[in-house]
Amino acid sequence: MEPCRLAASDLACRRGDRVLFSGLAFALETGEACHVTGPNGIGKSSLIRILSGLMRPFAGEVTHTGSMGLVDERLALDEHLPLGKALGFWERIDRCSDASGAIAAMQIAHLLDVPVRYLSTGQRKRAAIARLLNSGRRIWLLDEPLNGLDTQAKGAVEALVAQHCGGGGIALVASHQDFAVPDIRKLHLPDFIA
Amino acid sequence: MSVVMTLLKRDLAALMPGSSRGNSLLPLLFFLAVAMLFPFAVGPDAELLGATGGGMIWVAALLAAILPLDRLLAPDLESGFFDQWALRGVTEEVIVAVRLLAHWLSFGPFILLASFPASALLGIDGATLHTVLLGLLAGTPGLAAIGIIISAVTVGLRSGGAALSGLLMIPLAVPLLIFGAGALSTGGEGGLALTGAISLVLVAIAPFAGGAAIRATREG
Repeated sequence: MEPCRLAASDLACRRGDRVLFSGLAFALETGEACHVTGPNGIGKSSLIRILSGLMRPFAGEVTHTGSMGLVDERLALDEHLPLGKALGFWERIDRCSDASGAIAAMQIAHLLDVPVRYLSTGQRKRAAIARLLNSGRRIWLLDEPLNGLDTQAKGAVEALVAQHCGGGGIALVASHQDFAVPDIRKLHLPDFIA
Repeated sequence: MSVVMTLLKRDLAALMPGSSRGNSLLPLLFFLAVAMLFPFAVGPDAELLGATGGGMIWVAALLAAILPLDRLLAPDLESGFFDQWALRGVTEEVIVAVRLLAHWLSFGPFILLASFPASALLGIDGATLHTVLLGLLAGTPGLAAIGIIISAVTVGLRSGGAALSGLLMIPLAVPLLIFGAGALSTGGEGGLALTGAISLVLVAIAPFAGGAAIRATREG
């Protein structure tokens, strides 16, 4: 697989009239994982949205090589549909021919007939991560991926991230919880408070 | 191409009358209800009804097109669909163009069909009905385009979006109404041609105007 890269230089983020962080710079090369830490409201989610190109930074720039995938608090699955059909929509968009691996990895096979609106917080998170797996994206941007997950699912997500990076991908994880992946880099956001 | 078909299939499932998402037959029934109530309000004067009925069908069609506006785009923006599409390189313009087609399909053909019973209720003669149908065929895509632009512009509003979109739609729809319904009184093809021309312009700009409006919402 071709190498991928995610880099930011002199990045600043402003929300309203408050500058959340500034002077943020990092570069992630193929196979690297990074854990963004910091208390609530420090700008972790904003950083993820800036990196994904959904929000313009106040200053600085982001460069990336490779396709990006996002998991955040918004599920983007049709609430009234059974989970299997709701995921099926994205499988067709992503041209994913075999979703069984992701469904097994996140242990959601028994939920495929359940309408999305009846799923719990943790089950929703599992579904979002299954979609990310199916999308075949090279750069993973995960915003609080462990929220609502039980210990066993937490371990599974950490293993998936390790496996993804082992296969030459990049993962950037914003979480206030510990994220146990070997050789994960740390980015402590409060160090960049303006 | 397959992405467009996948999007269209989902949009139709969501917007078509009687679909699983619970979109109701309300716009269609609303249209028929207006045609049914109008004779009661005006009185049984066949000549008066015949003269005003065609215009009444146009007003009812316009109002029926407004009804689904508040859930045309807002649910997808709130639940993060547009973000996931953006990351996959599916542009907002494509989404809005597909949604425009689905929106028109969900009310345009049904209103054309419902014009037959409506014309019977209003006592409109065959020639007038012919002009009404041609006018609606030319005009409803324009109504759908105005609807989707307004839906995109008001999508970021937390509350009152539905009422505002109805109010915004009315002045913008006036040119369509003037030429579309005006063709009834002049009987000329000029009005129909102008209605079609306005519709085409609106349909052409809707994806770009709507796409830009959705991106502007995301920045906020």
